[in-house]
Amino acid sequence: MPNTLSASPASRGTPSVTDRLLTWLPTPVFQVLHGTGSTLLLLGRTLRHVPSLPRQFGRFIEQCHLIGYTTMPIVGILSFFIGSVLALQSGHAGENVGYKQFIGALVGLTMARELGPVMAAVLLAGRVGSAIAAELASMKVYQEVDALETMNIPPERMLVLPRLAAVLTMMPVLTIMADLVGWFGGAIVSKYTHFISIEPASYFANLRQYMDFSDVLNGLIKAEVFGVTVVLVCCNIGLNTRGGPREIGASVTRAVVTSLILILVLDFFVTKALM
Amino acid sequence: MPAANSTSPLPGAAPAVGVTVESLSKRFGTFEVLRGVSFAVQPGEIFVLMGPSGSGKSVLLKHLVGLESPSAGQTTVAGLDASDPTTRERVRMALVFQAGALFNSLSVYDNLALYPREHRLGDEAAIRDRVMRALQILSLENAAHKFPAELSGGMKKRVAIARALVMEPQLLLYDEPTSELDPVMSATITEIIATLRQRYQVTSIVVSHDRDLALAIADRIGILMGGELIFLGPSADLRNPTDPRVADFLNPRIDLEHPRFKHLET
Ligand SMILES: Nc1ncnc2c1ncn2[C@@H]1O[C@H](COP(=O)(O)OP(=O)(O)OP(=O)(O)O)[C@@H](O)[C@H]1O
Ligand SMILES: [Mg+2]
Repeated sequence: MPNTLSASPASRGTPSVTDRLLTWLPTPVFQVLHGTGSTLLLLGRTLRHVPSLPRQFGRFIEQCHLIGYTTMPIVGILSFFIGSVLALQSGHAGENVGYKQFIGALVGLTMARELGPVMAAVLLAGRVGSAIAAELASMKVYQEVDALETMNIPPERMLVLPRLAAVLTMMPVLTIMADLVGWFGGAIVSKYTHFISIEPASYFANLRQYMDFSDVLNGLIKAEVFGVTVVLVCCNIGLNTRGGPREIGASVTRAVVTSLILILVLDFFVTKALM
Repeated sequence: MPAANSTSPLPGAAPAVGVTVESLSKRFGTFEVLRGVSFAVQPGEIFVLMGPSGSGKSVLLKHLVGLESPSAGQTTVAGLDASDPTTRERVRMALVFQAGALFNSLSVYDNLALYPREHRLGDEAAIRDRVMRALQILSLENAAHKFPAELSGGMKKRVAIARALVMEPQLLLYDEPTSELDPVMSATITEIIATLRQRYQVTSIVVSHDRDLALAIADRIGILMGGELIFLGPSADLRNPTDPRVADFLNPRIDLEHPRFKHLET
């Protein structure tokens, strides 16, 4: 696919010098730069409308419901089994080495610092990000976004801001829920697996001994970064959909794949930055 | 909103605006849709733009509301560059999209109420009055709580027009407002366009294939063909066109002996 500079909204007949330089870049590099730039610009345009947030309380609540509440069951189920399998695997490996009394700390730290936020974000991308991209892409394709613009209602204000505020509110909730359920799953497996057989009391005592709130906080910061990234990327890809209904599906795929890649890439850098 | 105007959909507080199109050219890739189109629409005028399918009429309208920007040339609304996004903050413009462009997730009522709500034009009661008046004008009272997916094609079109009326625009652009409508509803829309201008001096640009509409209400007519204006003038001049292309476009002769399409063999 050629670099589609003409697709940028500000494009005119004569491309600027930077535009012309950018067209010489290899397509994947160009797309990464273009995507990053346009997503950050979308963030900038959205933040300008923050003062309108109190007036959009209804939309904010609606998005909290969609982003948070409807995602809770799947986050619960998955984190229960991830906590369980963590306990199982480390119990199995630790049997010979003799560190199985540390299972509580192991499951606790892994869930709080890594798997809780990452899993919540991955589920957010799959469940909510795809829905956001599909909805905005279809609004774009069916000219609803054009209609908003001619009505002088900025799409960033009405479509992006409430979702951004909602994800910032709900990601900590989802993550803490994932942590707690994961710990609990680990505790149950530790008690009832014959080669582990650790009582919940000593499991949680061990967990508390090696963890403090800063570990949970660390995970919450990551979750917020992932959540904002997923929502912004999916909104941006949705709003930049061009062409017919077929492109809606393509946008959804692209939004989810981009989100998943970014979650894992950012995970590394944020983890490093927080150490 | 002054009380005296509370019975009209358009208080007409804001002055009408003029529109200019100067040597407007638009390319999509290598495909040139508009090639140096120029005309001006006076404040309060009804300008009807006609032309064959695919001649760039919708693209031209999109330039006027800033949804497309010119490859060359310029368009202005009220003297302001139409491709500048701040223009629509200063001039109230409404475009009735050819396909309606209704908000599918909102009911008909909420589609109409969105603009006054977002721009905080009065409390819910005032907005309700305003919306219901526009719905009444288009005989849509009973559809207020339906969703766009539940409407017929013609109803969608009327909702799109009603949504434009609620904005009380200074410049009203219609993209084929009477296609998909029955003859009576077409006549009604034609009357609405004329009445809005008469009472509130709304500048109107109407893209239409409807000859009756054009001849009945247009002050001036433009015909776009092959990316150029091949006719521009008062509607009276269209009754006896000199250009054979114009004559053929307005009164295509159906000739079964020498059909226009080529090579249709079974
Ligand atoms: N975004 C776009 N990208 C590429 N080509 C486009 C785009 N929009 C319109 N065109 C092309 O421009 C030409 C004019 O389109 P336009 O929609 O303005 O036609 P129209 O005069 O409104 O026709 P109709 O009467 O059928 O509505 C068409 O050939 C169309 O394919
Ligand atoms: Mg058209």
